[in-house]
Amino acid sequence: MDFLRPASWEEALAAKAEHPTAVPIAGGTDVMVEINFDHRRPEYLLDLNRIELLRAWEVGEETVRLGASVSYTQIMENLRAELPGLALASHTVASPQIRNRGGVGGNLGTASPAGDAHPALLAAGAEVEVESVRGSRLIPIDAFYTGVKRNAMAPDELIKTVHIKKADGPQQYSKVGTRNAMVIAVCAFGLALHPETRTVRTGIGSAAPTPVRAKAAEEFLNAALDEGGFWESGRIITPSIAKQFAELASASCNPIDDVRGTAKYRRHAVGIMARRTLGWTWEQYRGTGRSLEGAA
Amino acid sequence: MATTGTPTNITQGSKTKGGIGESTLRPDGTLKVTGEFAYSSDMWHEDMLWGQTLRSTVAHAEIRSIDISEAVAMPGVYAVLTYDDLPTEVKNYGLEIQDTPVLAHGKVRHHGEPVALVAADHPETARRAAAKIKIEYVELPVITDEASATAPDAILVHEGRDDHHIGHVPHPNIVHRQPIVRGNADEAAKRADVIVKGEYTFGMQDQAFLGPESGLAVPSEDGGVELYVATQWLHSDLKQIAPVLGLPEEKVRMTLSGVGGAFGGREDISMQIHACLLALRTGKPVKIVYNRFESFFGHVHRHPAKLYYEHGATKDGKLTHMKCKIVLDGGAYASASPAVVGNASSLSVGPYVIDDVDIEAIALYTNNPPCGAMRGFGAVQACFAYEAQMDKLAAKLGIDPVEFRQLNAMEQGTIMPTGQPVDSPAPVAELLRRIKARPLPPEQQWATAGEQADVRALPGGLSNTTHGEGVVRGVGYAVGIKNVGFSEGFDDYSTAKVRMEVVGGEPVATVHTAMAEVGQGGVTVHAQIARTELGVTQVTIHPADTQVGSAGSTSASRQTYVTGGAVKNTCEHVREAVLEIGRRKFGSYHPAWATAELLLEGGKVVTDGGEVLADLVDVLEDEAVELELEWRHRPTEAFDLRTGQGNGHVQYSFAAHRAVVEVDTELGLVKVVELAVAQDVGKALNPLSVVGQIQGGTTQGLGVAVMEEIIVDPKTAKVRNPSFTDYLIPTILDTPTIPVDVLELADEHAPYGLRGIGEAPTLSSTPAVLAAIRNATGLELNRTPVRPEHLTGTESS
Repeated sequence: MDFLRPASWEEALAAKAEHPTAVPIAGGTDVMVEINFDHRRPEYLLDLNRIELLRAWEVGEETVRLGASVSYTQIMENLRAELPGLALASHTVASPQIRNRGGVGGNLGTASPAGDAHPALLAAGAEVEVESVRGSRLIPIDAFYTGVKRNAMAPDELIKTVHIKKADGPQQYSKVGTRNAMVIAVCAFGLALHPETRTVRTGIGSAAPTPVRAKAAEEFLNAALDEGGFWESGRIITPSIAKQFAELASASCNPIDDVRGTAKYRRHAVGIMARRTLGWTWEQYRGTGRSLEGAA
Repeated sequence: MATTGTPTNITQGSKTKGGIGESTLRPDGTLKVTGEFAYSSDMWHEDMLWGQTLRSTVAHAEIRSIDISEAVAMPGVYAVLTYDDLPTEVKNYGLEIQDTPVLAHGKVRHHGEPVALVAADHPETARRAAAKIKIEYVELPVITDEASATAPDAILVHEGRDDHHIGHVPHPNIVHRQPIVRGNADEAAKRADVIVKGEYTFGMQDQAFLGPESGLAVPSEDGGVELYVATQWLHSDLKQIAPVLGLPEEKVRMTLSGVGGAFGGREDISMQIHACLLALRTGKPVKIVYNRFESFFGHVHRHPAKLYYEHGATKDGKLTHMKCKIVLDGGAYASASPAVVGNASSLSVGPYVIDDVDIEAIALYTNNPPCGAMRGFGAVQACFAYEAQMDKLAAKLGIDPVEFRQLNAMEQGTIMPTGQPVDSPAPVAELLRRIKARPLPPEQQWATAGEQADVRALPGGLSNTTHGEGVVRGVGYAVGIKNVGFSEGFDDYSTAKVRMEVVGGEPVATVHTAMAEVGQGGVTVHAQIARTELGVTQVTIHPADTQVGSAGSTSASRQTYVTGGAVKNTCEHVREAVLEIGRRKFGSYHPAWATAELLLEGGKVVTDGGEVLADLVDVLEDEAVELELEWRHRPTEAFDLRTGQGNGHVQYSFAAHRAVVEVDTELGLVKVVELAVAQDVGKALNPLSVVGQIQGGTTQGLGVAVMEEIIVDPKTAKVRNPSFTDYLIPTILDTPTIPVDVLELADEHAPYGLRGIGEAPTLSSTPAVLAAIRNATGLELNRTPVRPEHLTGTESS
């Protein structure tokens, strides 16, 4: 196994072009597990730790440009107001040590349906900026996940930045694991209210071959909120609407039975999380609920 | 009530500082916390090779062929060994039954069985070489449960058995069977106003010690080998290793190296023989370290079990009878299964008085992973079931569950189902009284922390699944009984060598035993005992090795009792020898040398009245006193194979728990809020260590209540979750407040009146948590661990 250590982003792109099978490594919290378990023996490891720009973030008018290697700890500590859903998701990632090393770029590169960041990115709305020696492009998050542990990137591309829409309303994130900390998701749910566009977006983790949005549930809810004038009145969402939203979210899942949980449980739990996160965000939108900080 | 809360002090020793009863600190404590402690996996030797084990990828198969040619040809590879390379006629090992092949011979019987060994100059080279060995398997049907094991036409996991259990088992796929019959359960059942029947399932728990199996074998010039290894019992290993190597035991010199936890999982051989074989073959030091994945295959687990119970009671709450059948899955090799069967059957009644019982326990041979010793050893599985039964009976009778237990609690003088009288304090009712009397933790602690919900105090924790929605509190109680020490007639002795001399103008004692320090705190306790008995401040604990006699196993809650007892005994003899020297030198100066009872205290010889007769420095001068003596607890007897009668146990240990849980009833997630425990320890030699052991055992019991389980595919008998990603153990956020109430009711038969303590808290913790979850949810919950799908009706269909 060769260890490539580019000193700059340009060198990294050149190395990736020369060795398209090279596996990029930053925090190593995912790649090293795979290597230690002998699940994978890449020919080349491409170490991105010398590239400063990957560790930077920039808060713009509309979006946060988040470097691929910005650690989960930094997201939790610095971007709570701008990216509340992702900050909550970050807090559910493994242990403090892992959160100090791991970042969103790794989650996206691996594209596991169990990656903690995905539901938050789907709910907030994001674009992944990838680059190669051929140039750069923005991949909408909705088009990024293409299969189990597969994404829309070409072999010569690297993830540079994730452009995430700044929160224009409350966001929430819930994850079920069979332990109260440091646990891989049995399933997860992210929800973001977007009052500016009067829409609700969602994201589901670990309950389908890829991270997915609960589109039918979103469409139903958007229509129901619109028709009922909920955005204007800020009144309590009718239980029947919440219930149907939950059922549709549950129906958006395409889970499997595995060692972590049953398909039936995952569908059930996603429905519960959909109902609860909708309740929490809506309460906050109405201005009477608990602050976002309650969760972490 | 037969017990009192007053400690009985029967300590005979002196009042030297740092003696028994003080919470002296562990010598390895700071090193472990700061990461500087050298574990067995940290060892290094110049010119060292790395050993790698190739394990079976299937559970049950004939081996058609093994092709090692590509592996041998790899640069850096020094040796590749298979069954054909074993040097002597002894090719199997085992704790009681030698049924475990050092390397598979023609057949593999479980997933992950060792088939070949590689030694190479780099661990990566060894791994790659092992991957190049080609094994041709012809798969056989797998035996995975009682039905498939005992079917008339079942494939035999072991053909041609000739062990001492084969004569009394109903099927060759049953390792051992122990019935216990006392009174007449059928007759007594007629007196019952209520009868409760239950079927319970206990999942396969792993010891999950944090330091994986590892060791270093160094060939010596005399043709022997030095083995540095993390184990629980050096001499038991030695007896199994030497014959396979074809060496006399004195040529296999073993030294204990840093052990990172054990919990029963190091009672069996893992890499010991393999490393020695490779070292002797290559003439070079060989180190083997399992990674976490391999560790899940490298040691036995706790027996999963099916338990069928029937209890009856009169309407005034007295138990009439009990019938049970306990089926333990021993997996592919016997390991400690026979002894686990003995424990499960003889402790199946629990700490209750029931005169009429009909009990049967068996362990199966299957193609599942081998199971053997783990903290609680057969008593854990039984406790889970009989405590569920107690709650069901109490509910049916409309009696408070604690009161119902107290009505039937055993006490000193109670006769066990084996016919053995309980001849030391058995404060079962008192332990229950104490945990019940404790105030309950405040409700909704997540909400009282401030305006916001503190998710760390809620089910789901940091995963942010509830802010209080769906959360219901439940409270549950349980109590258990565990035997201490090896039972059923085993010669359970320990050896201690103690030397006393003057070093640098100060009297110093050196304690040398082969006791494996696996975290239990024996090294601390031995020094405390030596200070108490010999009146010295300075005590050196010699590294544990096989240059001194056996200390028995660090298991069965026995080390403080038995090796502690041996240290005490040797110290007493050393003290007598020192006093004899004193009498010789100074006897004529003071009449008390002849007439008074003399003690060694604070570096001096003193009378029991406190008068100082001489300095130890002056008594000893440049003489050294050294003795090595064996010590035994009271002998035990085998259980009758038909009736189960016999004085099989040495001592019992009792603990009771109250669990308070909060369950998110919609998501099926559990937060254990508090696990209060009361335990009788006889005498706390080191109170801080006692509390640590009780809290640790309690946490391990919590683990198997709500998360810990090795999942084996019933179709293939393959392990599905051999990693800490999917085999979950409690984190600090899953571990509740554990208030510990320690009773000290002396057992007059034991050294200092002490009681072995390590296992009892593991027993009642699990059923208490389950009872609390039942209380919160109203569900029956007849299996452990309980998972979210069991609490939400979403099991796979």
